[in-house]
Amino acid sequence: MTDLLRLATAGSVDDGKSTLIGRLLYDAKAILADQMEHVEEVSKRRGSDVPDLALLTDGLRAEREQGITIDVAYRYFATPKRKFILADTPGHVQYTRNMVTGASTADLAIVLVDARHGVVEQTRRHAFLASLLGIRHLVLAVNKMDLVDWEQATYDRVVADFGALAEQLRVPDVVAIPMSALLGDNIVDRSANLSWYDGPALLEHLEAVEVHEEIALEGARFPVQYVIRDQATDYRGYAGQVAGGVLRVGDAVQVLPGGRTTTVAAIDTFEGEIVAAPAGQSVTVRLADDIDVARGDLLAAGPAPLASRELTAEVCWMAEAPLRAGGRYALKAATSSVRAIVDEVSDRLDVANLTAFPGPAELALNDIGRVRLRVSRELAVDPYAVNRATGSFILVDEASNETVGAGMVLAPT
Amino acid sequence: MSGTSVRTLTHLQALESEAIHVMREVAAELEHPVLLFSGGKDSIVLLRLAEKAFRPARFPFPLMHVDTGHNFPEVIEYRDRRVAELGERLIVASVQESIDTGRVKEQTGPRASRNQLQTTTLLDAIEEHGFDAAFGGARRDEERARAKERIMSFRDDFGTWDPRRQRPELWNLYNGRLRKGEHVRVFPISNWTELDVWQYIAEEQLEVPNIYFSHEREVFARDGMLYATSDHMELMEGEEPFTTRVRYRTVGDMSCTGAVQSDAPDLESVVTEIAATRITERGETRADDRVSEAAMEDRKVAGYF
Repeated sequence: MTDLLRLATAGSVDDGKSTLIGRLLYDAKAILADQMEHVEEVSKRRGSDVPDLALLTDGLRAEREQGITIDVAYRYFATPKRKFILADTPGHVQYTRNMVTGASTADLAIVLVDARHGVVEQTRRHAFLASLLGIRHLVLAVNKMDLVDWEQATYDRVVADFGALAEQLRVPDVVAIPMSALLGDNIVDRSANLSWYDGPALLEHLEAVEVHEEIALEGARFPVQYVIRDQATDYRGYAGQVAGGVLRVGDAVQVLPGGRTTTVAAIDTFEGEIVAAPAGQSVTVRLADDIDVARGDLLAAGPAPLASRELTAEVCWMAEAPLRAGGRYALKAATSSVRAIVDEVSDRLDVANLTAFPGPAELALNDIGRVRLRVSRELAVDPYAVNRATGSFILVDEASNETVGAGMVLAPT
Repeated sequence: MSGTSVRTLTHLQALESEAIHVMREVAAELEHPVLLFSGGKDSIVLLRLAEKAFRPARFPFPLMHVDTGHNFPEVIEYRDRRVAELGERLIVASVQESIDTGRVKEQTGPRASRNQLQTTTLLDAIEEHGFDAAFGGARRDEERARAKERIMSFRDDFGTWDPRRQRPELWNLYNGRLRKGEHVRVFPISNWTELDVWQYIAEEQLEVPNIYFSHEREVFARDGMLYATSDHMELMEGEEPFTTRVRYRTVGDMSCTGAVQSDAPDLESVVTEIAATRITERGETRADDRVSEAAMEDRKVAGYF
């Protein structure tokens, strides 16, 4: 049985990102003949003998005309062991907004470094954003090793520099791999040019890395999405997707907000009843007691979530008009929709240097900062660092209906 | 952990659960959704996902087919049977009617196709019924422009898609807030590949129209593709019909959907062929994408599926 790994890459063409993705897709046979023909044809028309693999991911007319990537593109490839969904995020235009979007669903991020230049500001930004978005697995891809004569000393220096950076991050698993995406060294097969390196090639690592931590969480979480009622069969069930841990029949659960307790009487699927559902599975739950449960409620087993009308969160701002104290927005967290008022923008982060500018501030487009919010009714959440599914929210401008902010709940201090 | 051990979801289970989650979000947050059902493999998967999302209750939305009048008769027969089995309601929006009432003008000549005309019929039907969400079976792996599409994708009151101003889509938190006259297109199987769809059909033992399996058919070659001879297709000079064994990889209009030569008589052999293919499904069998480099993007901007 194959499982699913969602990964994100970030970087610019200069790092060899497109070449790396092209290589992965090509070697995993996810680029088909007509797509390759198209790339070769367009590349030739533009006067290039080498196929420009960026054309595979740059899908929009404006992107191809301007030679830039303006939006996250999703790519799919598979090996006999795993299926991969790759969110390819552009490195320049609107990079924070795009990278945050791509990283929000990723289990793993590949941070690309040019071996000649080592850890640069962009490396720090990418690694920091991956960490902020709760990605627990990083691959430091030290690329273009062919241009530094495959030297171990260069690689060791990059790894040491990145190690100092990684200490400031919340990423428990960092694996560095020397490679040449252009020549295919250490992408699918281990490289003879890099015989001093005894770790896995990139694809080998992607196939093997264990990423399903959300199932191991202690407290099961189940945001109620939709109530299924059927009069003919007198059926009433609470539909949703398990958002952490394993939900089991017989579990004592709190219904939040409110805090009433009941027991999971049954877990239904289209195929019949099951005894347990892991994080990620969509099911329908029946409860032992006839209590009022609706969309937006959270069923929680194990350690109690935070339930409050105030939250502190790291917010990534995505709108032209800045986020300021006093701003009012619609807030959606899991299946709850409430209204929120910004009490304070406590600080703004310098993503390149990982330092915070304290004091009252405002967040401009692509800024990230710490924000205190008051919400219109009690909201049950977890710290994002504990559970991404129940610790994240979006802010929506109530006038334009645009999604303007991405929030990650912080533990109360 | 206590009790029975629980395994990580397989990739198909994970994709299935994601799609069910999307469908339930739409049912909960939007007022008048509709599910676009063509009788093709992707929308067949959508119907099974809707069963998994909402049974034992009925679907909280009707089904709708934009019927060009040039569909394969086998597919229309399958469509009606499947809808009857499910006991759900089907709305048929007819391109012929749009032509008859003068909303659109039929193309003429041997390359005439009703493919583009569907957009007007679709948008008219969405407006007439007051739909604010339309589920479609489009996938990101199908085509370059679709790779950039959101799972829940905003359309303004002209039905227009603006690829440069899409709402960011974070985690699984979809923003379905709309003003009157606007709607969202929702693609629950965005993250599925063609192979995933076939593996799922095989695993779920879903019936599909028989034209997806190898059968004898009278065809003619045009632009490197094999088209079925029919009343809807005018032959051009030098085009000689012949009979061979083919199957279809995609199901659209007879006028824009090509067949592939194949001896695959059943699901298992189709899955094997798809896994080994070196050409994309739309590249191999869809004339509507060949008009220009951005043919799909241009049609999507105008409101196409």
